[in-house]
Amino acid sequence: MSTSTKRHAAEREAPEGEPVEAPARPGTPVRGRRRRVPEITYSVLVFLGLLVVWQVVVKLFDVSTILVPAPTAVAGSLVDGFQDGSLMTHSVVTLKEILLGFGIAVGSALVSAVLITQFRPVERVLFPLLILTQTIPKVAMAPLLIVWFGIGISSKVLTVALIAFFPLLINAVLGFRSAAHEQVEMLRSFGASRAQVMRHLQIPSALPHIFAGLEVAVILSVTGAVVAEFVGSSEGLGYLIQASNFTLDVARTFAVIVVLSAIGIALHAVVVRLGKWLVFWTATPTETAGEV
Amino acid sequence: MPTSTDTDCVIRLDSLSMVYPTKSGGTVQALDDVSLSVRGGEFISIVGPSGCGKSTLLRIIMGLSRQTSGRVTFGPSEDTHRNQLGMVFQQPLLLPWRTVRKNLLMSPDLHRARDAATRAKADELLVMLGLEEFGDRYPNELSGGMQQRVGIGRALMHDPRILLMDEPFGALDAMTRDQMGLDLLKIWDQDRKTVLFVTHSIPEAVLLADRVVVMTPRPGRLADVVDVALPRPRRLENINTPEFGEIVLKIRKLLDSEHSAH
Repeated sequence: MSTSTKRHAAEREAPEGEPVEAPARPGTPVRGRRRRVPEITYSVLVFLGLLVVWQVVVKLFDVSTILVPAPTAVAGSLVDGFQDGSLMTHSVVTLKEILLGFGIAVGSALVSAVLITQFRPVERVLFPLLILTQTIPKVAMAPLLIVWFGIGISSKVLTVALIAFFPLLINAVLGFRSAAHEQVEMLRSFGASRAQVMRHLQIPSALPHIFAGLEVAVILSVTGAVVAEFVGSSEGLGYLIQASNFTLDVARTFAVIVVLSAIGIALHAVVVRLGKWLVFWTATPTETAGEV
Repeated sequence: MPTSTDTDCVIRLDSLSMVYPTKSGGTVQALDDVSLSVRGGEFISIVGPSGCGKSTLLRIIMGLSRQTSGRVTFGPSEDTHRNQLGMVFQQPLLLPWRTVRKNLLMSPDLHRARDAATRAKADELLVMLGLEEFGDRYPNELSGGMQQRVGIGRALMHDPRILLMDEPFGALDAMTRDQMGLDLLKIWDQDRKTVLFVTHSIPEAVLLADRVVVMTPRPGRLADVVDVALPRPRRLENINTPEFGEIVLKIRKLLDSEHSAH
């Protein structure tokens, strides 16, 4: 659906842009394409440039590998880690914690948001309490959760869920309230029940907000899992960072950070993609077809 | 009680009053003792300045607000219900995630009645509204005038006997607005639904209506009901005729006198 609307938009854009640009730059294909590709290329080039500078500085000034290892050393450690399987097994553990915790956070935040927005008494009692608990730094709860739920996976899952819950809840509550009053009345004038207003209006209206919350929450989930593993664990990428720090294997620490970033980027990309696919209507341009 | 002479009366308002509480603890009288009988197939315009309770009146008829006192009755037979009402709002209020066609099918979808017949009806409406090429487009790909056409089509989908229109062209530019008014008359002429049309514009009210209800602000009262005995079908040129000018002037004077009386 989204692709078809975007194609229409492109079709409309083309004849509009051509007469302006044609005299100056004959044979220009589409306006947007010329600019978008270089931007990405520049980012990649800058990133590669920084890596080269890093490598040169480390080699030139003979920086101790205990302080900052060269990019090549980090890459070597990455390859080693995947070859002996240690990076993979620990990644799987952390990924499992992230996904389970994130899932619990999504489920409970959405259910809470629906209850809060649909039932006034629930809102009056629960919402102030939730705002109050939101001020607690969730990371500070991690040691307690380890005491309560042990050194295994459940304490990490709960830390992740706790950290991811609040941004999701706040955004979902905002989202469920975002439908215009006039839209609600329009549906009511067609005899829509409360459940139908929810289904046909409030849930779709909430989606853009929910996905904004998901984008924040998914990154926080990665942080939550690593912090919880720092506090006490026997496996996972957070454990691996602590272990490699203890043995002054800084290249390994960097390698783990690279893997964690990759996990974060991948999960974030999945959420963004899913959001663009589901919330297709806000991505389409707001320009209109000719007047009547 | 409706009398025997009111057999063709489809909406009857009996001394409707509406009082709102305000945030500062006071009250605002939006409507005061409004009575009106609307005949079947009649096109009625309601004019008045902002805050005269025009919209409140439509909302009460539609059942979106409840009056403080008075009665709304639908006639002539007992089977006339609120589901025979269709409402068009000032904004198109289309759902952006539904295509134009699916926006038209809003009401059948809500009543789980989408079938071949309703789909055919939607296609028919698309043609009637001049939107046959836009059925599978999304609302944000349409101009404001086109969106409002969809809003009107959506209200016509369940073939209501009574159409309530709350400043439907208020958000459109003047040229689009005139054209939409004439298009509305064409649609109305096909099966002569009863229309209650709220507007700020006196010429628009006169051009469209059989009778113009003039309202005064705070409290919203019915100043007078002006008959528009202009021949149909109406055209834009009607605006330049002396008869048209006289009616417009009469309404303007009514509004002015009520204004200076306060």
